[in-house]
Amino acid sequence: MLNKIYDWVDERLDITPLWRDIADHEVPEHVNPAHHFSAFVYCFGGLTFFVTVIQILSGMFLTMYYVPDIKNAWESVYYLQNEVAFGVIVRGMHHWGASLVIVMMFLHTLRVFFQGAYKKPRELNWVVGVLIFFVMLGLGFTGYLLPWDMKALFATKVGIEIAASTPLIGHELKVLLAGHPDIVGAQTLTRFFAIHVFFLPAALLGLMGAHFLMIRKQGISGPL
Amino acid sequence: MSKQPVSRRQFLNYTLTGVGGFMAAGMLMPMVRFAVDPVLKGEAAGDYHPTQQKVSELTETPVRVDFSYEQKDAWYTSEVTSTAWVYKNNKGEIVALSPVCKHLGCTVSWEGNDHKNQFFCPCHNGLYEKSGKNVPGTPPLKPLDVYPTAEKDGLLQLGKPQANNV
Repeated sequence: MLNKIYDWVDERLDITPLWRDIADHEVPEHVNPAHHFSAFVYCFGGLTFFVTVIQILSGMFLTMYYVPDIKNAWESVYYLQNEVAFGVIVRGMHHWGASLVIVMMFLHTLRVFFQGAYKKPRELNWVVGVLIFFVMLGLGFTGYLLPWDMKALFATKVGIEIAASTPLIGHELKVLLAGHPDIVGAQTLTRFFAIHVFFLPAALLGLMGAHFLMIRKQGISGPL
Repeated sequence: MSKQPVSRRQFLNYTLTGVGGFMAAGMLMPMVRFAVDPVLKGEAAGDYHPTQQKVSELTETPVRVDFSYEQKDAWYTSEVTSTAWVYKNNKGEIVALSPVCKHLGCTVSWEGNDHKNQFFCPCHNGLYEKSGKNVPGTPPLKPLDVYPTAEKDGLLQLGKPQANNV
């Protein structure tokens, strides 16, 4: 049945070369843990992507209940966690996944660094990887405020003070982030929500696309 | 061809780029201006907020003055409470210090934790002189902010805290 559907579409649109181009290639032996167990270090990049997919999915579902409003944000998080079926699980996935992304990304970076896999011709991919790292930190920072509890509020106050200590443009940067010169409040929450849910994920998807295109084009760095 | 400094193709490229750029700018300009509005709005002039502290009762010993006022955060207006440590210095001038520690923003108190004649911050043991000047060797790097003060009907009024130059 599925085959017939596939053939019907393929006959009209010739989709086979499309996915073959992306997916149909052998995993080199030196990166395959089935051949050399130590090759598991090559999995961290893929694991980062896997956790990122979980983050995007669980985040999408969280916004079905969450509201970025200072009066209701905490209540909505409390409700979705305690009243909604599997709320603890979905929020837990997003909460723990956020830390796990950082851990996996860090391990991936370490592997690339210690294997020297960033060297010519892969310098650009390293640069894009570092940009992804910054975007991930931004996602962590903006997401931390959204539950709107005391911990979130004061962590953000400190974070905004750190931004304010930037030379020359510190104050402007602070106001741009907080939405108000003195208050971490209503406008901060909506801004952080917009950044967390639309701006940074868009940047992340673009950067990850570039990251994968480049690794596909250049191949994984050879055996050590 | 050499007689024509701009070829037909070049001309079309330039005009299309120009028109395209103009359209992109027309789309982006409102959105960017929208996003940076808080930066360009500038600071609201600090109004003086009334307190219940009688100016005549102030002494050389700092007292804690709590005062409430309406704070407008965009579409959200709420009643907030702030605190000041107020005393008269040896010239008889009123000094009102903000209790927000200049290290990481905790709240300092006068002679807290038995530190005689100093402001003490419990978070990382920051200390300030009575004038608000930070004690070297403790975490804060700047003096406590100072409130502009005013008097109305014998009661103290406080403005928006400013950097202190003691």
